[in-house]
Amino acid sequence: MKTKQQILKSYAINLAASVLIYAVLLYAMSSGSITRYLRGILMTIFINIILAASLNLTTGFLGQIALGHAGFMSIGAYSAALFVKYIESTGVVLLADGSPTPQGQLFFVLSLLLGGCLAAVFGLLVGIPALRLKGDYLAIITLGFGEIIRSLIENLSFTGGAQGLKKIPRLATLDTVYMIMALCVVVMFTLVRSRHGLAITAIREDDIASEASGIHNTYYKVLAFTVAAFFAGIAGGIYAQYLGVLGAANFNFNKSIDILVMVVLGGMGSLTGSIVAAIGLTALPELLRFIPNFSDYRMLIYSIVLIIVMIFKPSGLLGRYEFSLTRVLEGLSGRGRKGGAGK
Amino acid sequence: MDLIVFIKQLVNGVQVGSIYALVALGYTMVYGIVKLINFAHGDFIMVGGYVVVFTTPFLAGLGLPAWLCILVAVAVCSLIGVLTERIAYKPLRGAPSLSVLITAIAVSLCLQNMALIFFSSSPRPMSAVFAMEPVTIGSIQFSGISILTILMSVALMVALQLFIKKTRMGKAMRAVSEDSQAAILMGISTNKTISLTFAIGSGLAAMAAVMYCSAYPQVQPYMGSMLGLKAFIAAVLGGIGSIPGAMLGGVLIGLVESLTRHFNSQLADAVVFAILIVVLLVKPAGIMGKNVGEKV
Repeated sequence: MKTKQQILKSYAINLAASVLIYAVLLYAMSSGSITRYLRGILMTIFINIILAASLNLTTGFLGQIALGHAGFMSIGAYSAALFVKYIESTGVVLLADGSPTPQGQLFFVLSLLLGGCLAAVFGLLVGIPALRLKGDYLAIITLGFGEIIRSLIENLSFTGGAQGLKKIPRLATLDTVYMIMALCVVVMFTLVRSRHGLAITAIREDDIASEASGIHNTYYKVLAFTVAAFFAGIAGGIYAQYLGVLGAANFNFNKSIDILVMVVLGGMGSLTGSIVAAIGLTALPELLRFIPNFSDYRMLIYSIVLIIVMIFKPSGLLGRYEFSLTRVLEGLSGRGRKGGAGK
Repeated sequence: MDLIVFIKQLVNGVQVGSIYALVALGYTMVYGIVKLINFAHGDFIMVGGYVVVFTTPFLAGLGLPAWLCILVAVAVCSLIGVLTERIAYKPLRGAPSLSVLITAIAVSLCLQNMALIFFSSSPRPMSAVFAMEPVTIGSIQFSGISILTILMSVALMVALQLFIKKTRMGKAMRAVSEDSQAAILMGISTNKTISLTFAIGSGLAAMAAVMYCSAYPQVQPYMGSMLGLKAFIAAVLGGIGSIPGAMLGGVLIGLVESLTRHFNSQLADAVVFAILIVVLLVKPAGIMGKNVGEKV
């Protein structure tokens, strides 16, 4: 068991590290070394981190496979986009010279909250009936839900139909998105480490035993599912306001699979694993661009890697191991043995 | 809508439905025996489609009738089915269902993307396998393909039912799906039986591919995923694990789909998925499935 002092110390270390990254990011942005291309990659990485970490809540910690994450993302994306478009139409100045005004920043955050909440409402609506089932059936029902959402978006008029939404104010800036991403990850970490997180993990380990020891299975399943949907909605909102255009086809089954691959490769039940995998799998295709037609082979390679990982290390590359900065620092300062044995 | 249109839609529905039923049989048989939803099953249809596209000109060049491509398609698909099981699923027997499910999705992606690389994403037109005259009954004209599809799938289902009920191998399949441990003790080779199940299931998918491509004559890498999903829904609706259930479910889904498509072509998919959700909530075991309690 960690003492309060140790916990505070590790909070301080992680806070310092994320502030350090933020400072580097701000410096790079002000010195102009972030090109449009690099900005796109970083933004995609941040969005993917939120998506992968949130899917890990259901797939890794709850142990239920959900194939409709892109559906929740699309709900967040469309509601956030429609919200800011509405605000803009009332005459509020959101953008000045291509960068958001203070009001723009405020409404950006509000739109994300709205997108997240709506996605969570849908998560609740889908989760309550769907989570009575498990395993294969849950996978199919979430897949079905994702497809229904997609075909509804394509058929409704206020979502722009098959043409999609255009001219969404591009309010997402790298520094704000970084902060939101960090905040989301922190909230998910604390959730997983809390009593609620333990209950969720208990359901994964053995749902009958957890029910027998007084854990309200359905409540915690729906909780994990709804929270995951909330964060997927936030990621969708960022995505909409980064790209400026939305089409229902962006949120198809393949998008859900992309996220699932990150979770599985990173390790089911390891949030740091998801973060590493999200960074790796987003950056890798860009780094391998020099290979001709690499993008054609990307999904083929993903699928073969998935099969191999499932056969040889079914829990994913990192498994349930969490990377800890505190532990690394303790190891460096020679006190690693004591700290390492503790957790 | 008037009666003639209605009857035509009904026949269309039964035609598509019997294709779904053939695919659903593959899902149900595999699920019954290894408790695995073979996500790649839909993509076996796509493989069968490409085999037909490439063998028909070849057969025509040799002066052989085009329907012989069915044999080639069935052989290739059965082989791929058995190989998939051996390479991807067999090492995971007894693993948690989450890993098996992810593997199945990965196999499906793998097949789709291989087809994408080899044959490109543009749809390939297919020459007709069967030359059929339209059939006129009363004042209504039906396409010959519809009638042939319905008759052939009924024949296949009867044959399959006889195979499973009457032959030794069919008995072995039923035994393994009932209790694989006890089946081993009775001297049944589970590995062989599972391979046989995959071979038959994939062979049926190849037959479905031939019929589907006769009705909609083009082949593309993603054609299997939606078809496979709907067939899976058919299997769940009928009761997964039950062979008559798969047939019933397939025809029902086909009918619902063709009737909704008549009114709103874009919502048909959403309606089919909605059926799945309703079935899973109201009667998860399906129409003909057995409710199995969970042992602690």
